[in-house]
Amino acid sequence: MTAVFENNDLKPIGYGRMLRKEDPRLLRGRGKFTDDVQLPGMLHLAILRSPFAHAKIVSIDTSAAEASPGVKAVVTGETLKGLGLAWMPTLSNDVQAVLATDKVRFQGQEVAFVVAEDRYQARDALELIDVEYDVLDPVIDVRKALAPDAPLIRDDLTDKTDNHVFDWETGDEAETNRVFERADVIVKEDIVYPRVHPAPMETCGSVADFDPVEGRLKLWSTTQAPHAHRTLYAIVAGLPEHKIQVIAPDIGGGFGNKVPIYPGYVLSIVGSIVTGKPVKWMEDRSENLISTGFARDYIMRAEIAATREGRILAIRTNVLADHGAFNGTAAPVKYPAGFFGVFTGSYDIEAAHCKMTAVYTNKAPGGVAYACSFRITEAVYLVERIVDCLAHELAMDPAELRLKNFIQPEQFPYTTKTGWVYDSGDYEPTMRLAMEMAGYQELRKEQELKRARGELMGIGISFFTEAVGAGPRKNMDILGLGMADGCELRVHPTGKAVVRLSVKTQGQGHETTFAQIIAEELGIPPDDIDVVHGDTDNTPFGLGTYGSRSTPVSGAAAALVARKVRDKAQLIASAMLEVSVADLDWVKGGFQVKGDPGKSVTIQDIAMRAHGAGDLPDGMEGALEAQICYNPSNLTYPHGAYICVVDIDPGTAEVKVRRFIAVDDCGTRINPMIIEGQVHGGLTDGVGMALMEMISFDEDGNCLGASLMDYLIPTALEVPDWETGYTVTPSPHHPIGAKGVGESATVGSPPAIVNAVVDALKPFGVRHADMPLTPSRVWDAMRGRATPPI
Amino acid sequence: MQVPAPFEYERATSVDHAIGLLERLGGTARLVAGGHSLLPMMKLRLANFEYLIDINDLHGELGYIRLGAGEVRIGAMTRHRELLESDGLATVLPIFRDAERVIADPIVRNRGTLGGSLCQADPSEDLSAVCTTLDASCVIRGPGGAERVVSMEEFHVGPYETAVAENEMLTEVRIPLKAGRTGSAYAKVERRAGDWAVVSAGSAVVLEDGRIVDARVGLAAVGPNTTGIPEISAALRGHEPGEDMYELAGAIAARSCDPSTDSRGSADYKRHLADELTRRTLRTAVERARS
Repeated sequence: MTAVFENNDLKPIGYGRMLRKEDPRLLRGRGKFTDDVQLPGMLHLAILRSPFAHAKIVSIDTSAAEASPGVKAVVTGETLKGLGLAWMPTLSNDVQAVLATDKVRFQGQEVAFVVAEDRYQARDALELIDVEYDVLDPVIDVRKALAPDAPLIRDDLTDKTDNHVFDWETGDEAETNRVFERADVIVKEDIVYPRVHPAPMETCGSVADFDPVEGRLKLWSTTQAPHAHRTLYAIVAGLPEHKIQVIAPDIGGGFGNKVPIYPGYVLSIVGSIVTGKPVKWMEDRSENLISTGFARDYIMRAEIAATREGRILAIRTNVLADHGAFNGTAAPVKYPAGFFGVFTGSYDIEAAHCKMTAVYTNKAPGGVAYACSFRITEAVYLVERIVDCLAHELAMDPAELRLKNFIQPEQFPYTTKTGWVYDSGDYEPTMRLAMEMAGYQELRKEQELKRARGELMGIGISFFTEAVGAGPRKNMDILGLGMADGCELRVHPTGKAVVRLSVKTQGQGHETTFAQIIAEELGIPPDDIDVVHGDTDNTPFGLGTYGSRSTPVSGAAAALVARKVRDKAQLIASAMLEVSVADLDWVKGGFQVKGDPGKSVTIQDIAMRAHGAGDLPDGMEGALEAQICYNPSNLTYPHGAYICVVDIDPGTAEVKVRRFIAVDDCGTRINPMIIEGQVHGGLTDGVGMALMEMISFDEDGNCLGASLMDYLIPTALEVPDWETGYTVTPSPHHPIGAKGVGESATVGSPPAIVNAVVDALKPFGVRHADMPLTPSRVWDAMRGRATPPI
Repeated sequence: MQVPAPFEYERATSVDHAIGLLERLGGTARLVAGGHSLLPMMKLRLANFEYLIDINDLHGELGYIRLGAGEVRIGAMTRHRELLESDGLATVLPIFRDAERVIADPIVRNRGTLGGSLCQADPSEDLSAVCTTLDASCVIRGPGGAERVVSMEEFHVGPYETAVAENEMLTEVRIPLKAGRTGSAYAKVERRAGDWAVVSAGSAVVLEDGRIVDARVGLAAVGPNTTGIPEISAALRGHEPGEDMYELAGAIAARSCDPSTDSRGSADYKRHLADELTRRTLRTAVERARS
């Protein structure tokens, strides 16, 4: 192990393995999270939540709570209504109740809040609020949401008469149907991606400090997008934007869960305004699981058309999407289904079509959270599952079927049949490397021997192409805010530097990766570069960290801002060395005169000169700094080949993931150790989703995953030693050729695991079984009665 | 952060002190040992008590594993970790180590106790199944030092209910050590390490001259209580152990239990596991008895 750790800290001045700069403080308990914020006179806020999925609020009596010890304020929806704050916009142009006024629409919805001197008093007072509900029939089964007799959930919306949210379509239906008509083989499967939850280690929370004299609001909060949040608070609360400071301190995991604005954040602001004191709100684990951004919840009918020889011709799908009680999807507004349009996967096909209907149900709002690259998780699962179903029908090896249908390297940039322009890719070497690392042919032989003995072993493959790094701003915006990122770089007189980012790490290692990007461009050691992020007063505007967009967007911004600084440095160097700019070579860390390596200046020399008393070139201002706002011209399209090996106990139907091989191609690799860490985390996520995780509801709408005793997330004991590998296909339009990788493993691993389990169950004639593949559900599948989880 | 409702707290300095406090405070008080079941319930406000009496200082008095000639006595405050690590216990009753390896995680095992596990009376609790399998009896002490001894069947009155009265306390578990070649084993199916059992089973056998003179099976998570199945004991007694016997026992186990469908699995699947795990643990127990 020692060797591995040594290898992980090569002290690169640029790209390479390097221990994370943020880790000493996080590992030694010196991190500062939102719940660590303590302010003089700070009060504590607790939220009363609905016990029912659907109920009219008849009356609320807060008198006993108000009289409870330590209580400073009790606020209901009626109070907020008076302030015009009872409703707020969601990220998808819907509205969401901040506190319920008319009725509650999901179990766990915010109904009232208490502010008290400590969090115990606040909690105790909640129990004294007397709410009378008139319980209504809920809509829980998403398939029945559009039935004529389904209860109407959103009677708050003018003229709304049903639970329909939107219809969405992509691809060419007529052409797809034509191709299907002439296909030799058509395979159809109903595939469910159940509702899951990101469940970050740190739950959501905020500390609001409103200064009534200055009219200034300082808000510490668990947000992946501090700038976007600030603008939205300005719009929601009517506060002038320049008087709002949003600070995202250390964040204990986000995975998309901390993209939306939750009522709790707004309530802490209201609480501070009402009491004139700083107010802290931290949700507990159950609140996080029942009320904050869920993910997935797509019911998909997939169809694939192919020739008998295994040439894939077309894919079509029909999707029913459960969006919960409010459409709180966090996605670029022109993409109501996120980037689901990439469901054609990594294959060169003739036609594709998707039709989607989204509906309201009496469940928590949210959607798109959980490291999914805006619904690519669902898209990749769909295509990788249906391709395996096709392999099953054709009795063809699933690796061979994929290799036969890949988009070829010379076809890039490749426009898919749903209009996505894949920037670059070279799929076959990635696939071959994964197969070689796995010993694929030997595994198949082993499987054959074991099958003959009645043992259940499965080998599952998935090959994914992701689309990450939103914008460009023209096509992609969140509530009108274009998805482009600012970046500022300042080199101090002694040659140390500070780079200011709009994106915000939740564990991805930005303080290291971005220092390495600047180091690579300027030759300043990463340890000499301070990375400032997560504070709207001290960073340039940008849309935040989600959808694997930090490296594709802000990473490009960082490289380009460093190049701007280097260009200026070159002018200064030419003055210092008394040669023309054209006679200078950049040698990492400084400039030297062509043909005379003895004559050179370092970037540190130049920085001092830029701030010093000596002459600068005519017309040049002092200082060595630059700023930029980077608008990506396209998304980046990382890809990967994953192979999973499982063993299933034939007696108990328990699934053991024996091996997992992950070969990722995210273009240029900045810090391989951090990439591997991201991949390990995502693969572990994948084991959770494939085998155990699901937010389910009973028929009354009670959430059955309201604690970590009920909502299972995997431990080290459920995962194998990950075997990772890589290929490098740089992005042609990204300044350093990098692509995003944060979500690759979460996207790519569930289909590999499910494909492996289904492969193991082949002797039972199983072609498909839905997640989560708990022992009981696997046992059902073995008995020929695999059922959808909802 | 999940916080419980207000309560008062006192640390007991002796068993009699704890019982004295229980006598005075009645049903408004609860003993806390490891606290890994009680405190989460209080934080979720599913359980609210006015007083908690902390008996962790009684570990000196009630934390022991005494291996006697015909009996093992284990103090109620013995921690999971101590049960897991005791080589002496593993030699005579290997079922304990089997079970402890799959109970929760090291943090829980460092604090959780045998007595707390039994008194929680959760139908899917592992040590209850172990003690049922081993025909254990429970020593309950009341005011004035009065002690009574009850069987596991008598101890578990219903789900989350025991024979221990409001002013009493479980102090010791006694397990008979049978003569002859003995073996025991435990197996559990769980959705994830540390989860409660989907189903678990324990078996204990005594062999003489190659024949079964006693066989007991205990199941957890297949009914309102951990269940001992006397019918299996009767069916196996006098027979030579073998696959046919395990199959018979498994079939009896499957039809004798009463599982319900929940998020851990369907009733059918659980019934199947009762069969499967009965056969597996009997097989292992016999192998151990023979070796």
